[in-house]
Amino acid sequence: MKNAIKNQIVVPHRSPRRFYGHGIPGVDLEQLAGKLIVVEGSDGSGRSTQIKLLVEWMEGTGHATVQVGLKRSTLVSEELEQAQQGNILSRTTLSLFYATDFADQLENIILPALKAGFVVLADRYIYTLMARDMVRGMDEGWLKNLYGVALEPDVVFYLNVLPEELVQRSFAKNASLDYWESGMDLGLSRDMFDSFMKYQTTMQATFRRLQASYGFTIVNGMRSGEVVNAELRKKIGVVMAGK
Amino acid sequence: MKTFAELNFPGRLIAVEGLDGSGKSTQIYLLKRWLELQDLKVYFSEWNSSELVKSATSKGKKRELLTPTTFSLIHATDFADRYERHLVPLLRAGYLVLCDRYIFTAFGRDVTRGCPPEWVRGLYSFAALPDLTFFFKSDLEVSLKRILDGRPQLKYFEAGMDLRLSTDPYESFRIFQGRILEQYLAMSTEFNFLVMDANQLVEKQQAIVRDLVAKRIDLARFHRAKQPRVPASSSPRRKGKGEEPVP
Repeated sequence: MKNAIKNQIVVPHRSPRRFYGHGIPGVDLEQLAGKLIVVEGSDGSGRSTQIKLLVEWMEGTGHATVQVGLKRSTLVSEELEQAQQGNILSRTTLSLFYATDFADQLENIILPALKAGFVVLADRYIYTLMARDMVRGMDEGWLKNLYGVALEPDVVFYLNVLPEELVQRSFAKNASLDYWESGMDLGLSRDMFDSFMKYQTTMQATFRRLQASYGFTIVNGMRSGEVVNAELRKKIGVVMAGK
Repeated sequence: MKTFAELNFPGRLIAVEGLDGSGKSTQIYLLKRWLELQDLKVYFSEWNSSELVKSATSKGKKRELLTPTTFSLIHATDFADRYERHLVPLLRAGYLVLCDRYIFTAFGRDVTRGCPPEWVRGLYSFAALPDLTFFFKSDLEVSLKRILDGRPQLKYFEAGMDLRLSTDPYESFRIFQGRILEQYLAMSTEFNFLVMDANQLVEKQQAIVRDLVAKRIDLARFHRAKQPRVPASSSPRRKGKGEEPVP
């Protein structure tokens, strides 16, 4: 842009796209001009804070953004919330319900936004869903087929925070531990604190396993929000430039 | 994929498949009555899905929010719910479970909508195969006539309107059903369908159904008066490969 003298807007570089598996029928990947950036991590890892900062930065630098996250679909979010509250669905059912929620957002928000050249910031993606199910004994091959519908993001950040620190942050924020984030449905321990520690440790190990297949960028989330955000920006800058 | 018998479940699952209007529901109802009158432990799965899943599904349908992928996923969710909450416990308890439609309905319908066959099969791979699957093969025109004569108001997804086959719901339904029939026929050998000539008289078909059920399943074992036996101890029937009697 010659006439944009002081303007430093970077036009995102186009990079090849693919679905993890069979994908969504009838989608032309060539048309997806935008960028898909995923931030993964446990509750308390600073995901939402980071995404908020990234949106500000993105918009400041001239990029249109859209945000997605788990349990936000028009189709099933309410029912999914209720299902979780009541803990009434069995494992495969809940897993497929979450996949429906994901696919609905993928088709109705993520893909159209990418087509329109937006930067899509996803507060968690298929990896959390897969890890949760894997920890609960579901077959990895089955999950890979299920989430073969998903588009491969341009970058996935995993905010790594030790369970000990997650506990502290959780108490600072809510003064209590969440039932599901403590993995109480697994019967690891009747003591919620113990259960939380065990569950989060197992989840982190599972994420490390998934990292081998899906290549996340692991970010040390134990540092201050600003420091973490600076690292994310730097890495996103590289992705936008298509390097 | 294995059948419930192969997985050593004490119960047995019998499924009927076929197009709308093929008469399969009549046949499975008559089979149910016959089994009940012999005082056997029978459960006819009426697909009582949980309110939650039902609410999401009907919302998606009413508001036409579904794509082929989400249509497939929400129905898989619904099936999983019924499978885990009803079918598996009943089969573990040694029931004869009768299902009006099973996973093959989803295979036919979703693949016709454009979902990759391997993906759809993968979704349902948590479910065991029926011990017997009757496929009611009728002439497309006969089935269409039965449905279209009796129930003129076709629903959007039911008519396959989302596939944009035709702007006329009736024409769309015809094309859609025709494609589903092709899928059924293609699956027939792979899944050992017992192919029934659905153009025959009701009684004639039922006689064949009862005969096949009695031959393939040791019905005496399901008598209410008897104590359930240990699951692995007795295999009620041995199904040879390639043994596929066509009436």
